[in-house]
Amino acid sequence: MTRVARVPDRHGRFGRFGGRYVPETLIPALVELERAYQEVVVHDPAFTRELRGLLRDYVGRPSPLTYAARISDVVGAPVYLKREDLNHTGAHKINNTLGQALLARRMGKTRLIAETGAGQHGVATATVAALLGMRAEVYMGQVDVERQALNVYRMNLLGAAVHPVTGGTATLKDATNEAIRDWVTNVRDTYYIIGSVVGPHPYPAMVRDFQSVIGQEARRQITKMAGRLPGMAVAPVGGGSNAMGLFYPFRHDPVDLVGVEAAGEGLQGRHAASLVRGRPGVLHGAFSYLLQTDEGQVLPAHSVSAGLDYPGVGPEHAYYRETGRARYEAITDAEALEAFHRLSELEGIIPALESAHAVAWVLKQAGRLPVDAPVIINLSGRGDKDVDQVAALERRARSGEVGG
Amino acid sequence: MKGTKGSERREAPKTTASSGTARIAAAFASARAGKRAALMPYVTAGYPTLASLGPQLRAAGRAGADLVEVGVPFSDPLADGPVVQQAAEEALRGGYRLGELFSAIREAARDAPPLVLLTYINPVLAYGAERFLDEARDAGVTGLIVPDLPLVESGALGRAAARRDLVLVPMAAPTSTDAHLAAVAEGPGFVYGVSVTGVTGVRERLDPEVLAFADRLKAKIRRPVAIGFGISTPNQAREVGARADGVIIGSALVRAIGQRLSCPEAAVEEFVARIRQAMEPDDATPTRSVFDNRRIAAGEEGPER
Repeated sequence: MTRVARVPDRHGRFGRFGGRYVPETLIPALVELERAYQEVVVHDPAFTRELRGLLRDYVGRPSPLTYAARISDVVGAPVYLKREDLNHTGAHKINNTLGQALLARRMGKTRLIAETGAGQHGVATATVAALLGMRAEVYMGQVDVERQALNVYRMNLLGAAVHPVTGGTATLKDATNEAIRDWVTNVRDTYYIIGSVVGPHPYPAMVRDFQSVIGQEARRQITKMAGRLPGMAVAPVGGGSNAMGLFYPFRHDPVDLVGVEAAGEGLQGRHAASLVRGRPGVLHGAFSYLLQTDEGQVLPAHSVSAGLDYPGVGPEHAYYRETGRARYEAITDAEALEAFHRLSELEGIIPALESAHAVAWVLKQAGRLPVDAPVIINLSGRGDKDVDQVAALERRARSGEVGG
Repeated sequence: MKGTKGSERREAPKTTASSGTARIAAAFASARAGKRAALMPYVTAGYPTLASLGPQLRAAGRAGADLVEVGVPFSDPLADGPVVQQAAEEALRGGYRLGELFSAIREAARDAPPLVLLTYINPVLAYGAERFLDEARDAGVTGLIVPDLPLVESGALGRAAARRDLVLVPMAAPTSTDAHLAAVAEGPGFVYGVSVTGVTGVRERLDPEVLAFADRLKAKIRRPVAIGFGISTPNQAREVGARADGVIIGSALVRAIGQRLSCPEAAVEEFVARIRQAMEPDDATPTRSVFDNRRIAAGEEGPER
């Protein structure tokens, strides 16, 4: 097994990836954030107590690890689901927003901003802002505002303002640009809650640490339930926060780490597989893999799952890919939609379309996995948010139109 | 300073005059000799077309620009406000290609003020940093401004640029620490002072903090300081120019170009001339183009052709 170094280094580098590619205006804010993170999150037991208490009493942690008996029969190996879908707000996102909002409050910031694609991170941010009595403003691409109207309503209901972004492709990457522009402008009183293990240092490491609760619990739970470590841990990868949260506590263990990206309409067509098909470059403050033209223009991503619909990926995943510590695979829209049905029918669990990618990849390995090595799938979110979209896709497909 | 006389002479045949470093220094020296700040307008390459870039740059020179910033279109310009974003988007939609930019610049650079490229880092990396710098230098570019490459990340590109006598322009913001200002205090070219926390854009009123910021930079930084972001009108340019060594105007000019897409060079010439007029010292009449001044100054500083 490949050993990974202690990353990031003091320059925010994971091997050659990561760094701080942002305007000079933001550098002092990142230095301040890094210092606050070290002092408060890493070294202040009172902060840790407060965060743990809220994760338990508000989010509902620890989330269960569920043995999926019927899926295991199909796959021919024991499959366990890490149930992030059972968290308050229905996904893993809140592990991170809660940690960052508590930190923001300790830093004396009064205003929270966030970017969101499908709206899950926006909802999680709006939720903790309500909980802590803070002001939240969320940037969301106009295209996503239209296709995720329910989440826009949720954010408003929770008291957050949603700003539609019309520039560029009007999706997550442009919402992120706009959030960074807001932060550059209001850096003195505003805290930017980035939703994934992306962005300039210290965000990738900080978000990883807040999400690592997933892997820490899973490691304890599998050891108790199966009496051993898993052979494999599998998670969907868009920006990569739920995957890094699961992988990180297993990084020194003999466990195969598999990240599943979105192959969209197929790797020859429109997709979101930045690690499988992209090239190294800089997007949103970090050097990592991204989908781009040979002249460095960022390409729009595509996935049926809005949460994977992002042309970049966290720099630590780029590092894991390059060192071989994890491997990255891709699953098409059609395969993910099939897994959406299979998990619903076989286990009574409707997965988020993001999570369905990981389920689909494991289903594809049926008969090829060691019969006694547990497989953990990160069920990063619940699928209620996707039911309308999938139903509409299937109606269109049945009536003979092209789906997608 | 990396630009020794020897290397300038060696570089000279590849560019229109001397090295990038010397040409930028000469532009600021010439403005200072005229008792005013250097004027540095910004245009987006490929907006409205790449073919119009040369005429726009020459028009800027005729109207009295001392240097010109040429924006390299990028899909995700996170330091730019809506005006410059839209210009970049239209350039990309119109089929702008980085590969064609350098030949367009080579055609224009001979008769234009010294050119500084404003580019985000990803197109540079994708093209290959060494190749990008080689082609920029060979096309007659004098320096680079990379808004998403802060000083902490700029070491390798800065050294590669210096080897070619190109200036990688450091930036300073209102949030910058004194330690940062000390780190950029000396060196070739100039320091780009980002006047406000924020993105590029047209602002109706000058933030009163801008002047104090300019004074702070002037007190700490020994090379020329040019101030940009949010300077839009002749009066604002005059006010900032009284405190700084240079004034950068982007969004307001790009917007003026957008209002005269059929004849962008006329929009540039009128706009730049109006700003330039406002920046003249009270006792001077702007009869001679600064572009002529620059040539004279360059001739004094280093070998011409």
